[in-house]
Parts: sequence; C-alpha cells; structure tokens
Amino acid sequence: MAVIWQNILTFLQGVLRFIGDPITILNQWLTGVLSGWGANATLIQVILAILGGASLVLGGLFFTVFLIWLERKVGGRFQDRLGPNRVGPWGLFQPLADMVKIFTKEYITPTGADKIPYNLAPVLSVGAVLAVIAVIPFASTIFGVNINVGVVYLMAVGAIGELGIIMAGLGSNNKYALIAGFRAVANLISYEVPMVLVLLIPVMFSGSLGMNDIARSQNVWYIFLAPLSAAIFFIASIAENSRAPFDLIEADSELVAGFNVEYSGLKFGMFYVADFLHSATAALIFATLFLGGWRGPGAESIPILGFIYLSVKATVVYFLILHIRFTVPRFRIDQMMNFNWKFLTPLALVVLAATAVVDKAIPSNLTALRIGVNWIVNIAIWVAADRLVRVVAPKRVVPEVARPRPLARPPLANPPQAAAEHEPGGEA
Amino acid sequence: MSAGQVIFLLVGAVTLGSGIAAVNARKMLHAALWLVLSLLGVAFIFALLEASFFAVVQVLVYIGAIAILIIFAVMLSRSSLTDEGTQTNPRWWLAALGLLILFVGICAAILLWPKVTSIPAPLPASATDLATLGKELVNPNGYLVPFELSSILLLATLVGAIYTAVEKKEEIKK
Repeated sequence: MAVIWQNILTFLQGVLRFIGDPITILNQWLTGVLSGWGANATLIQVILAILGGASLVLGGLFFTVFLIWLERKVGGRFQDRLGPNRVGPWGLFQPLADMVKIFTKEYITPTGADKIPYNLAPVLSVGAVLAVIAVIPFASTIFGVNINVGVVYLMAVGAIGELGIIMAGLGSNNKYALIAGFRAVANLISYEVPMVLVLLIPVMFSGSLGMNDIARSQNVWYIFLAPLSAAIFFIASIAENSRAPFDLIEADSELVAGFNVEYSGLKFGMFYVADFLHSATAALIFATLFLGGWRGPGAESIPILGFIYLSVKATVVYFLILHIRFTVPRFRIDQMMNFNWKFLTPLALVVLAATAVVDKAIPSNLTALRIGVNWIVNIAIWVAADRLVRVVAPKRVVPEVARPRPLARPPLANPPQAAAEHEPGGEA
Repeated sequence: MSAGQVIFLLVGAVTLGSGIAAVNARKMLHAALWLVLSLLGVAFIFALLEASFFAVVQVLVYIGAIAILIIFAVMLSRSSLTDEGTQTNPRWWLAALGLLILFVGICAAILLWPKVTSIPAPLPASATDLATLGKELVNPNGYLVPFELSSILLLATLVGAIYTAVEKKEEIKK
C-alpha cells in the first residue's frame, strides 16, 4: 500500500514539475529519445529547432481562431449586440464554421492582376506577423529565439508586412486597392518614426536591444518610469496595425474593403488572420516592453507562471485595443498625418531627450526617486504639449473638404399643402 | 561542402539573379520588387556572417524605408508603369568593357589579399556587442567625424525637402 502511495506521489510531483516548466522538460525528453535513436547532436538541434518553430507558428495560428471569436464577441457587446451565439457554447465554434466556409470558397483572380505580387501579398502579411512571435519571450524558458537585436528585428519584420499590403494594393489592378496602397505607405512609414523613437526608451533603461533582456531587467515596470512614452508607443502600435481609428487602408465607407477588395477565399482569410494576429502580438509586445513581460512573483522558478502573467497583461492591453477600435470613429487621412508629424513625433523626441537626461542624472538604485522625477518630467511635458496645442498654436479653421450637395428629389405630383404654407416669403 | 556553404551559394545566386532581374524588368514595379528581393538576399548574407545587427538594419532601412519609398515613387510616377523601348543603347560595349576591367580589378585585389585563402577564426561573442559599435561611432578617435557628417547630410536633405514642399504650397495659393 505504501509503495503505491509513494508511486502516486512521485507521479504527481512529476506532473507538477511538467506543468511548471513544460518546454524545458519536453526538450530534455525529446533530446533523450532522439539520441537513443542514434541521432548526432547537430541533427537533434535542427530537429528540435524545426519542431519548436512549427509549434510556435501553429500555436499562433490556432490562437487566432479564438481571437476572432473574442473580438467579435467583445465588439458585439460594445455595440449593444450579442455577437456570435449560435454555434457551440457562447458561439465559440463560430470561427471554425467560418473557417470551413472560407476554405471552400472560390479563388478569383481579377483580370489584369499582377499574378506574383497578388498571390504573394497574403503570404507575406501572415508571415511577417508570425515572424514577430519568434522574439517574444513568453516566460523565462519559453521563447522562440533570443537574438540580441530583438527590438530592431520587430521593426524590420513590420516593414515586410507593409510590403505585403503594398503588393496587394498594386497587384490587384483595382483603384480602391491602389488608394489603400498609397495610404498604407503613408500611414505605416509615418507612424514608424515615433514608434522607433519611443522604443529606444526601454532599450535605454535595460541597456539591451534583446526582448528577453528587456523583460528580465524590469524590476520596475517601464510604464511607471515612462508613462508618456508607453502611451505614444500604444498609439503608434495601433496605427501600425491599421486598427480603428487608424484603419484608413480598409475604410469600408470610402474604399469598399481597401487593399483586400479583390481577394476571395483563403487569400482574404490570410489577411484576416494577419490582422487579428497582429493586434494580439502588438498587445504582447506592449506587455513585454512596458508591463514587465513575464515578470511577476515566482515566475523565475516556475516558468509557466510567467506565461500566465504575460497572458493577463497582454489581455488587458488587447481589451484596450478592442475598446478603442469599437468606440472611436475613423480619422481622416490629413488629420492622421497632422497628428503624427505635428504632435506625436515632436512629443516623442522631447520625451526621449528628457528621459535620457533623467536616466543619466539619477543613479539606478534610487528607484523611488527615479519614478518620481520621471513622472514629474512626463507630466510637465504633457501639460506643455497640451497648452501648446490648445492655447499657443493659432486656432485654424478646418478646411472645407466637401460641400453638402443638394439631394436629387423626385418632383412631387401634389406638393403637400403644409410645406407650401410654411415656405418663407410666400404670402407675407 | 557544408550546409552553410550551400546556403551561402543559394542566397548569393538569388541575390545576383534578382539584381539582374531588377535591371531587366520591363515593368517599373517589378523592378522595384526584384530590388527588394536582392536587398533581402544581402540581409541574409549578413545573417550568415553572424552580423545580426547589420542583417536587421539592412531589412529595416533598405526594405522598410528605401525600397518602399521607391515603390511609392514608382506608383506616383507613371500611369502605364511599363517600358516598351529598347533596354540597351549603342554604346553598351563601352559599359561592358568598363565593367570587365572593374570586375577583374576587384577579383585581383581580393585574390592578392593574403588572408583570402585562410578561413579566419570566428569572432568572440563580445565582438557582436552593440555597445562597442555605439561607443566607436561617437569616439573622436573612431568614427565621430563620418558619423556627424552623415547626420549633417541628412539634416540638409530634410531642410531641402521641407523647403521645396512649402514653396509648392504657396504657389498653389497664388
């Protein structure tokens, strides 16, 4: 009897250990199995790298199915609807039904389309988003790769995603898609500027460009040290995702569906997946850079806790992105450009310079003082920027974009009596 | 041949091939896209040399900014975006001769370099430290002058661009 209890206890301990740090244990186990089969060390490394990459990418893609459901459900609640609620409990299987539908749809290539860019564009946009997942540290032991230039890599991979949208716009042989392509270039290139400037602040605090090092060095969350830069980064990352209120490249009221207007079936589905996955990765990146990543009590010794902490933080950020998407109306293109070049970029420059000075002036072990001074400086910059925009800058008349045109009304056979009586200057 | 060499040869072939295609393409847009592929190949070669920073910066600067601006210019420039004319001019042999001399010269210079036949030892991990690069860029005995000169060049370009843009706006008002 005692032996059985002993065995059960060891088994349970093993299970707990596995749950606590699944990736390392799986890694060790697989290495053991493969070397038992007589594979040499390099081959094992290659096989494990391929397996790891594949599981990360597939995990990301399957997670998207859940994200689509979540976004539709949350969006429904924001707009006083129920959202999907027919297929499965709480409509959970709705995305699966949609998936089957989209798999069976016909591919239509418009005449005059530039075949190679047209077909390459959806692949590039999904690929670029999936490539971002590679550098996100999900926990102290769960990450794709730890390259020492992670932050620059993020921006570089984002550029390839831009290329996908531009290729879709140009290759479709459609005027709406072309306009969306123009807008994509303008939007993505301009918002990259404040984003890169503000990205330098976590780099400056941690002294490293690697995502793992940035997450690990956050004894104080960087949002407490640099609240204004976190806000700028958040806004810029929404704009980089082309999410509402910056979703000008797929403004359905002006451009039908924007850059993906000519796509059908799974090719459209890939843009759809890229869009949802992109905002989820944006939330993860924000949580990693400014909210301490996987850091939290006990996360160092039990890596799975770190994964949970990161998920919770990212969910909060993701909810905020959804909240903004479903409540704020779309900007006009000139408003968007003005906001970026005349407000966000100068603000980011000033914040960067001020934070650098404060960071150098105060030794890093005086945490409370650092937080205090950084907050004072940030608030001062914000108040100055606010005053500058509202008071000092001359109030400009909004240029007329479109004059309301008289509507075409059918001539009425018998004009109503009441209308004739109330006409100004009639009988009087 | 090791796996690394095979990958290098493949990447080199793609880079050169897409470079040639960029010059040859009839459509301006295709030329720009081939150029992107060629630049991506260069980034891969940087990555194979374990210069990850340069690989990533190559993608960020050349593909993320320059190539996209080229595509933007191409999109705005012509409605047809195709070139029907002949792609060579009568003096092509002069260019070919110059290119041949240059190619032979570069090959000779590389082959005469004694270190070309020996495989150098891999650099220590500290060599890829970005802090070293950053400090060297602002070191008066290092690369401070070229660094500052290039920033002045960029500033001049910015001022010039703003100047032209503003003047055009006023002309429209008149």
